[in-house]
Amino acid sequence: MTAGTLAAEGFRPARIALVGPPNSGKTTLFNTLTGGRQKTANYPGVTVERKSGLLKTPIGHTVEVLDLPGSYSLRARSPDEAITRDVVLGRQTQETLPDAVVCVTDATNLGQHLRLLLELQQLGRPLILVLNMMDIAQKRGCQISVDALSQQLGIPVVTTVAMRKSGVRDLLNQIDSLLNRTSTQSEATAIDWVEPSPEAIRAYHREVERLLQSAVVSEGTPERLTRQLDRVLLHPVAGPLILLALLFLMFQAVFSWAAAPMDWIDASVVGLQQWLSTHLQESLLKSLLIDGIIAGVGGVVIFLPQILILFLFILLLEDSGYMTRAAFLMDRLMSAVGLNGRAFIPLLSSFACAIPGIMATRTIAHPLDRLVTILIAPLMTCSARLPVYVLLIAAFVPATTVWGGIGLQGLVMFGLYATGIVGALVVAGVLRLTLLRGGRQPLLMELPSYKWPNATNVLLGLWDRARIFMRRIGTIILSLMVVLWFLSTFPAPPAGATEPAIYYSFAGMIGRTLEPLLEPIGFNWQIAIALVPGLAAREVAVAALGTVYALSGDEGAVSDALTTTLAHSWTLATALSLLAWYVFAPQCLATLAAVRRETNSWRWAAFMFTYLMILAYVAAFITYRVALALGGG
Amino acid sequence: MDHKASAGLAQPLSQLSRGSVGRILAVQGGEGDVERGLLEMGFVEGACIEVLHYGLLGRDPVAVRINQNMTVALRRSEAKAVLIGPLLDQSAATLLTTH
Repeated sequence: MTAGTLAAEGFRPARIALVGPPNSGKTTLFNTLTGGRQKTANYPGVTVERKSGLLKTPIGHTVEVLDLPGSYSLRARSPDEAITRDVVLGRQTQETLPDAVVCVTDATNLGQHLRLLLELQQLGRPLILVLNMMDIAQKRGCQISVDALSQQLGIPVVTTVAMRKSGVRDLLNQIDSLLNRTSTQSEATAIDWVEPSPEAIRAYHREVERLLQSAVVSEGTPERLTRQLDRVLLHPVAGPLILLALLFLMFQAVFSWAAAPMDWIDASVVGLQQWLSTHLQESLLKSLLIDGIIAGVGGVVIFLPQILILFLFILLLEDSGYMTRAAFLMDRLMSAVGLNGRAFIPLLSSFACAIPGIMATRTIAHPLDRLVTILIAPLMTCSARLPVYVLLIAAFVPATTVWGGIGLQGLVMFGLYATGIVGALVVAGVLRLTLLRGGRQPLLMELPSYKWPNATNVLLGLWDRARIFMRRIGTIILSLMVVLWFLSTFPAPPAGATEPAIYYSFAGMIGRTLEPLLEPIGFNWQIAIALVPGLAAREVAVAALGTVYALSGDEGAVSDALTTTLAHSWTLATALSLLAWYVFAPQCLATLAAVRRETNSWRWAAFMFTYLMILAYVAAFITYRVALALGGG
Repeated sequence: MDHKASAGLAQPLSQLSRGSVGRILAVQGGEGDVERGLLEMGFVEGACIEVLHYGLLGRDPVAVRINQNMTVALRRSEAKAVLIGPLLDQSAATLLTTH
């Protein structure tokens, strides 16, 4: 029976898993094969993404293609490599054994990549070998006899140029003939497999050597550009300076490029609110829509431009091969506090949002390294803190220049970022010396050849991020907004109320209960109330402050009015204390949920919440007291 | 940069200076699974290596070219487990130095 007839009878489509070492161009091939028809989901229990897509072969088979995380060996070292191993072995729950495995290798690096193929061959499942990036190999004068290789291995071998559709036709034909030969519906059970011993790996090396001797006609010349670039980019002195300059440019772009789209989003949110308020009858529903949902969701959607621009840079740097250089340059510094250079990438993502940052830690092999990275990720200043920083800085820091043209406001903003980074390094160091002591993890990281970033890869990556972010808004944030609206609207104020309505609500009650606790760090009841919704998501605090103060008489107050209001009703010490609080406080339920999912326990999420809370309180207390002593009262 | 120092008698990879070339004599011991990790990244007996780059602080980590086609970064602590000897045959030496 062929898959085609089976599909007609309503069976599942054939399933093919793409497996390959990192930097083999596997994802580019996947994108070319499946185009936009991709789905990203999560494997149960872990945050490793399950990327799959559908393709139609030339003779009409419908095939589900699974893009498995890159891995040098089935002996998985990190959680995402474990997924690759488990899917290939049929051990992954909720995933049946793939009907065939396509092993993607870089034709210019077969000496290293063929070992994975040999490991896969041991499993005795249908297998196709892809020699990818064949165009680059040929350009370098490398000649490989595909027939000889195929004959020696006893499996189909095809060459591809992943970026071009025409370059994958052979592969599609091979998939077709493989599916015609094998039954795709046998529900095979898990395969027996043992980790290769060091001796077994050496044997694979020898076998690869033998294969290459018979199949490689001409080795070609290695490419020179990467070496020349690395001479500068990995230079002990120039390298770190270039990295710093790149990071500076990146953050500069995040703020300046995002300004215009953020204004548009803001204008449309306000426009929508105005339209609704003139067209809707005065009612609770109207309040829920305008003050609860649109204000709340709008306050979060506004960060989408910044997040996308930051991720654009991160994806470009990753796809070009520079990111591993950044990890190389940062490794020594980070290993001083017990971190791995690889932690640099997730931590950089955390400047946009801690959640994708925490998800990116899955490439870190060692569990302790990973845990420490997860625990400090929220200390990187994410974009949700910005509205609070911007508001308070505008209200309390004079827009003067110091030291020859550097703006004081910008300097304070930089100081807040720096405090977060230094705090993170200190916390990591302390954790590694106390709770999370353990052997240092090897770095062992390939530095791939540089290449031009592939537009499709980058755009699909961006689309993925945007979707994850918007889904979060549509689910967690939306429901939180409704709850918060409820808490701050009910019960209604009594007749003849003198305070703003929120004062009498549940949120007000909670805030007022917390007030004595927050008084030593200089927070008044208005801040205490704003912190209640702010616990769910940081940026909501600005809207909540607006509500607290707008309702105290200042009709129609927007953020500008809030700036003036705050400047008059708070002391400098209080403002600085709140800024210090915001550097550390764990005010994001979604992050806590991500930590729980990633570490598989509420224990670590609770630990993170507690330690960040304590840090925030101590930092705010010290800031407040010092500011008071210096006359900031 | 066409003349490269070849490693003398056997010494650990962690002690080679930038630009030196050599051949891997042994991959041994190391902590935990370092041996298998090294083997999987291409550090295998007989492979040619060239030390390309160092980090700034403590000359750590080290970037090493293996057999012309793969560059791997590792820390000095891991590099101790890789024993390097001289490139014995001239053909391999020219192969490395011409690039």
